[in-house]
Amino acid sequence: MNPLKGSLRPVAGFAGAAVLLFAVAPLALTDFRLGLLAKYLCTAMVAVGICLAWGRGGLLTLGQGVFFGLGGYAMAMHLKIADAGPGNLPDFMQLYGTATELPWWWRPFANPAFALAATVLLPMAVAALLGLFVFRRRVKGAYFAILSQALAAAFAIWLIGQQATTGGTNGLTDIQGFFGYDLDDPVNQRTVYFIIAAALLALIALARQLIHSRYGELLVAVRDSEERVRFLGYDPANVKLVAYVVAAGMAGLAGALFVPAVGIISPAMIGIVPSIEFVIGAAVGGRASLVGAVLGAIGVVWAKTALSEEFPAAWTYFQGLLFIVALAFLPGGLASLAGMLRRRRARQRKATVVAVGEAA
Amino acid sequence: MSSASIILRRRFLSGGLALTAVVALSACGAKTDAAGSSDEAAQADVSGDTVKVGLLNSLSGTMAISEVTVRDSLKLAIDEINASGGVLGKKIQPISEDGASDWPTFAEKAQKLIKEDRVAATFGCWTSASRKAVKPVFEKNKSLLFYPVQYEGLEQSPYIFYTGATTNQQIVPALDYLKSKGLKKLYLVGSDYVFPRTANKIIQAYAKANGMTILGEDYAPLGSTEFSTIANKVKAAKADAVFNTLNGDSNVAFFKEYKSAGLTAKSLPVVSVSIAEEEVKSIGSQYLAGQLTAWNYYQTTAGAANEKFVKAYKAKYGEDKPTSDPMEAAYTSVYLWKAMVEKAKSFDPEKVKAASDGITFDAPEGEVTVDGATQHLYKTARIGEIGTDGLIKEVWDSGKPIEPDPYLKGYSWASDLS
Repeated sequence: MNPLKGSLRPVAGFAGAAVLLFAVAPLALTDFRLGLLAKYLCTAMVAVGICLAWGRGGLLTLGQGVFFGLGGYAMAMHLKIADAGPGNLPDFMQLYGTATELPWWWRPFANPAFALAATVLLPMAVAALLGLFVFRRRVKGAYFAILSQALAAAFAIWLIGQQATTGGTNGLTDIQGFFGYDLDDPVNQRTVYFIIAAALLALIALARQLIHSRYGELLVAVRDSEERVRFLGYDPANVKLVAYVVAAGMAGLAGALFVPAVGIISPAMIGIVPSIEFVIGAAVGGRASLVGAVLGAIGVVWAKTALSEEFPAAWTYFQGLLFIVALAFLPGGLASLAGMLRRRRARQRKATVVAVGEAA
Repeated sequence: MSSASIILRRRFLSGGLALTAVVALSACGAKTDAAGSSDEAAQADVSGDTVKVGLLNSLSGTMAISEVTVRDSLKLAIDEINASGGVLGKKIQPISEDGASDWPTFAEKAQKLIKEDRVAATFGCWTSASRKAVKPVFEKNKSLLFYPVQYEGLEQSPYIFYTGATTNQQIVPALDYLKSKGLKKLYLVGSDYVFPRTANKIIQAYAKANGMTILGEDYAPLGSTEFSTIANKVKAAKADAVFNTLNGDSNVAFFKEYKSAGLTAKSLPVVSVSIAEEEVKSIGSQYLAGQLTAWNYYQTTAGAANEKFVKAYKAKYGEDKPTSDPMEAAYTSVYLWKAMVEKAKSFDPEKVKAASDGITFDAPEGEVTVDGATQHLYKTARIGEIGTDGLIKEVWDSGKPIEPDPYLKGYSWASDLS
C-alpha cells in the first residue's frame, strides 16, 4: 500500500472539517443555530479527551463534568469579576452573601492571565492528583469509574451548598462581557464560535499526534494488557496518568469556552448525569476513533435539541437506549460500522468466490 | 525521518495557511450581515392573523411533574381566549418548549422562542435557577417573560412579570400567622437550593426582630429521600413549629419519616410553602392532614371565577386533576398579558410594559392588580390547612391584596438582607 495515501486522508479530512466549520456553518446557519453549534462543539472537545482516555487508554472517565466545571467556573469567575467592575462584588454575592469583599479564593481570578491559565491547569492539576493516587494503587475498571462519579457528585453538591460564593444551584449566570468584548453583540458571538471551532480542531490535531506517537501505542498496550506492559519495564500508572490529565485539560478548556458561548455555568453541567452524557456521545460515535467520538458527541447533543423539541418526554429514554445499544451491540460505535460492513461484504465475496470456484 | 512525514508536515502547514485565510474571510463576512440581524433580533412576528407565544416548561426531568400542570393551565387560558376571539383580533398560537429541568437548556430554548419563533411573549419557568438562566436572554432581546411561581424575591427584571407571590405575600404572612398563634420556636427544613436558603435568611431576620427563636436549620439535597436524621433532630429540638421549604419528592420521604418519629400536626405543626394540591396527592393526605400551607390560592378558594376555572380545568384534563397556586398564577398571567396588550393596542413589549400598571383581573384567587413599578402583582395571602380529602381549606387570609415588596423595603428588620 502506498504510504502517502494513508497519511493524506486525515489531512484532507481535517481541511474538510475546517471548511465546514469556518465557512459553510457561519453562512448556512442563523445566529441562534450557530450559537447552538458552538455549544455542541464544546461537548465535542470533551469527547476528544474521552476518546484518548477511555477509547485508547481504557479509563472509563465517568466524571469529566468535574473538569468541565472547573474550567467553566474558572472562566466564569473571572468574567463575573470583570462584569462587576473594580471594587464591586458580583451581583449574586450582593444578593445571597453577607461578605463585603471577594472571598480569598476568588481574588486570583480577577487577573485574566491567571484565570485563563487556571481553566486548563486547574483541571489538569486535580486530575494529576487524583490520578497519582488512583493509578499508583492500581485502582482500575469499575472502581475507577465509580470514583470519578463520586467526585462529580461531590463537586456538584459542594457548589450547591456554597450559595453565597458560588451562586448555588443557579450557578454563575448573566455573563455580559468576554475580556472587554460585549457578548450581546452578534459579531462577538460569532468570534466566540470561531475561537471554539479553532480550539476543537487544535485539540483534534493534538490528540491525533498523541495517538500516532509511540506514547499512543503504549497507551493502547496498557489498555489491552497492563501486566505485560509492566513486565516490559514501563510503568502503566504514568502512561494512564498522562492520558487522564490531558483529557481533563481538554474538558477544562471546553468548559471555559462554553461559558462565553452559553453565558452560564451551573452545577447542572457538572454532576453525574451530564458526566454520563459526555461519555454517551463518544460511545455512540466510537470511543476509540477520534472522528467517531467527535461526530458522536455532536450528533447526540444535536439529537437532544432536535428530539426534545418534538418529543420532550421520550428523549431521556431514547438516550439511555442509545447508550445500551451502542455498548452491547456496537462496542466500537458507529465509527466501526463501516469497517464491520466492509469485512462482512469481503467475507461474503470470498464465500461466493469459493462457491463459484467449487462449482466450476 | 521518512520522506512521507516531511510531506505530511508541509501539507499541514499549507492546510494551516488555508485555514487562516478561511477564518479571515468568514469573519469579514460575519461583520457585514450581523449588523442587520441584531436590529430585528427581538421583533415579534405578528404579521399574520395569529400571534405566537412561547410556553417554556420542563416537560421532562425532575421538575416535569410540577411544570406540566402549569403548561396545561397555560393552554387552558389560551384556548379560552381563542374561543372568545383572541387578542387584538389575532388567535394565540402557543409554541411549547421543554426546558428539561436543566438550566442551560432553559436559556437555549428561550433564545429559540425569541429568535426563531419570534414569540410576542413567553410564559413559564418554575425553579429560580431556570429563571436566573433565562433572565439575561429576555433582557438582551427585550422580550417578555411571565413567571408564575412564588419565589424568593430580591429580583426585579424589566422584562419579567412575576405573577406568583414574592416573600412579603407568602413567607412573611405565614410567619405573622405563627406569631399570632404563639408559636415562637421554629425549626427550618429545606431543600438545598436558592429559594429555601434565601427564604430562611428572611425567616432568621424576622425571628430576630420579633422575639422568635430558630432552633435549627437543615438542608437536604434536591431529590433526597433520607430524612430520619432530620426528623429526629426536629423531635429533639422541642420546637413549636417547623417551617418547611422542601421541594418535590423530598416532601414524601420527610412527612413519612415525620410521622414515624411520632410527630403530628397537633404536637408539632409544619408550615409548608411548596406543597400545593398536586403535591398533597402524591405525598398522601394521611401524612399531611392537619398540616399548614401558605399560598395565595387553593382549589377551594371561594368565588365565581375560581368555580369557572376549576370546572374548565377538570373538563379539559380529567375529574381527578386538582388545581393549585402556580397553575392558577399561570392561567392568570395569560389573561393579564391579554389585558396589557389590549390596553397598549400593540404587542410591542415596551408598550405592553408601559400599559401594565394598574391592570386588574378577576382571577380565581380573587382580584389581582399589576404593580407597574415592580412588575409584580397585588395578591391576597392565604394560610390553609390540609384536609383528609387532599384539598386545602383556608383558615386565614390577609383580608385584602398585599402590595408586592420584592426587596422587603417596607420592613425595617429586613434592611440588611440585600
